[in-house]
Amino acid sequence: MSAVTDDRVQQEEPAGGEPGEGLAALGAYTKGYLARVRGGELGSIPALAGLIVITVVFAVVHQGFLSAYNIEALVIQAAPIIVMAMGLVFVLLLGEIDLSAGTTGGLCSAIMAVLLLRHGVSSWLALVIGLAAGIIIGLGMGWLRARLGIPSFVITLATFLAFQGVTLILVGGQGAVTLPGDSPLIKLENSFVPLWLGWTLLALFVVAYAAVKLNDALGRRRAGLSRAPFTVIAAKVVVLAALGAAFTYEMGVNRNLSTNAFLSNKAEGMPWVVVLLVILYAVWHFVLSRTRYGRHVYAVGGNEEASRRAGIVVSRIRISVFVICSGMAAISGMVAASLLQSVQSNAGAGNTLLLAVGAAVIGGTSLFGGHGRLIDAVLGGLVVAVIVNGMSDLIQGANSAGYEWVVTGAVLLLAAGFDAVVRRGRAT
Amino acid sequence: MTSDPTLELRSVDKSFGPVHVLSSVDFTANAGEVTALVGDNGAGKTTLVKCIGGSYRVDAGELVFDGTPRIVHSPRDAALLGVEIVYQDLALCDNLDIVQNMFLGREEVTQLRTLDENSMEKSARQSLDSLSVRTVRSVRQHVASLSGGQRQTVAIAKSVLWKSKIVILDEPTAALGVAQTEQVLDLVRRLAEQGVAVILVSHNMNDVMKVADSIGVLFLGRMAAQVRRKDVTQTEVVGLITAGRSGDVGLSPEESSGATV
Repeated sequence: MSAVTDDRVQQEEPAGGEPGEGLAALGAYTKGYLARVRGGELGSIPALAGLIVITVVFAVVHQGFLSAYNIEALVIQAAPIIVMAMGLVFVLLLGEIDLSAGTTGGLCSAIMAVLLLRHGVSSWLALVIGLAAGIIIGLGMGWLRARLGIPSFVITLATFLAFQGVTLILVGGQGAVTLPGDSPLIKLENSFVPLWLGWTLLALFVVAYAAVKLNDALGRRRAGLSRAPFTVIAAKVVVLAALGAAFTYEMGVNRNLSTNAFLSNKAEGMPWVVVLLVILYAVWHFVLSRTRYGRHVYAVGGNEEASRRAGIVVSRIRISVFVICSGMAAISGMVAASLLQSVQSNAGAGNTLLLAVGAAVIGGTSLFGGHGRLIDAVLGGLVVAVIVNGMSDLIQGANSAGYEWVVTGAVLLLAAGFDAVVRRGRAT
Repeated sequence: MTSDPTLELRSVDKSFGPVHVLSSVDFTANAGEVTALVGDNGAGKTTLVKCIGGSYRVDAGELVFDGTPRIVHSPRDAALLGVEIVYQDLALCDNLDIVQNMFLGREEVTQLRTLDENSMEKSARQSLDSLSVRTVRSVRQHVASLSGGQRQTVAIAKSVLWKSKIVILDEPTAALGVAQTEQVLDLVRRLAEQGVAVILVSHNMNDVMKVADSIGVLFLGRMAAQVRRKDVTQTEVVGLITAGRSGDVGLSPEESSGATV
């Protein structure tokens, strides 16, 4: 009668008592965490492990890999991938796919650039119109998926091709639209947060993180629920602060070698895009984890029928994730335009989307819906950027681009295979 | 029970095109009792449940809730009247935890419109405790990690949480082992003891004889009889299910033989 003993487990939750601090509470917390990991909730462990391993490998093989200059290059390369992957997480959570996120971003940035340069629209208005275009595209694709029931794979494959064409037509024969050097958009990827402001923002960020975690724990204590020990919270805050400080310090190093006593054209401080990434992350993480809307996104991804019976309007959720994805794709397109200081006629085509989907999946977001977090996009995006950056340093010569594609494809396949295996373990 | 029954069906008819699935069915369910609804395959149990749940509209007859006739247009109407149906496939999201599932679609929020996790977790725990559930380790574990019996427990506890007046359980023990069946039946009794009118749809005679206070037997779309548990034996109920009559109880011989209307 093992079924009985299995089922009649003693309640592990104390009946409202204070769990207290000290080693016992810490041990219980660790045990609970390990149990969750064994149960298939791996969280960010694989992505973090992968990130550390490949960083170490590249740092050993390639001398300048961890130099301030290369770290900056890494961050500005990763930014458009991460932004797009953040949007894709929403679509993937519903078990859908948006193959056109890359070309949507390209199209939106082309609209922005053409308005700015050929029609004399002001920079900010052009940006807003570009973003609005992304949102409208998302509405259209979401409507086709939710109301007409066309598989998202087919819809977005069609738009993937079509938007590539529209971008080509918009940008025209010249092959690229170069953004004016004084455009505020260019500053995003190419100018830097002053050092004092960088440190201040880091301090604010760490304090805000600590305050949120502490507030959660105190709220749970007031409600008489089990909570994470304060030592764990403190450890998390310290790790975050240390990582942030290391990054801010490294970015504080002057990267412009031609600086001397007479020329003070220093390149120091983190790129502005880091601030944008943090803001986007905070907003969408909040939406996914603390609002009814976010809960419903997970629910629809987990069991559509159950969600419908619970009164959730499934079609509305479905349309909304496409809107978010295309909107984020538009932002990603703008960031990419800022990085290249121009919009190419093939903007967003090629492997742009694959890298972003790869980022989300490597980070731990499931292709089958229901599982994924925003941090996946960030960690996965970093992994992808490290691979792309490291490979391009490592493999020189005529075929380097070819090898880069092969490795990126292999990593994507590996991540998807890992996802499928973990899912099988989870489906008990 | 001196007051009106919580739910009373008066000569309910339902047909799909030329097929009469239910004809003039009477059925009552009282608060604090377990009323079993039994019948062979195709007798109309599922259709009857869906009529009560608002998925189907009845063609004729009345649904009377607490003495007041009501028209139920949709599942939402039924939910507002306090009807909760626990389906066989349970309709839980595997990727959410117990609390999140119990509050799905009805999440509590703070003044800042953020999810009030602490309040929800407390309520979920309380509703499990009120059913003396000791089988669930943590209300924060994902439903994917639960056994069949535990999932059934969560689905039933949800109806307690929402103060449902009528809870319809569709084959709650069909997929369970012996020990878990025992636990779920205990749960069904405790649910009734809280003053809920429990309707138990089941094929399993043992379960029905064990927990039911009253038994309604459907035979080819007609209510062969609704009898008190203590007045009948299992053999008599089986007779009602298979032949529509048993001794003096049930449909008249003409009705039961020519019942393929």
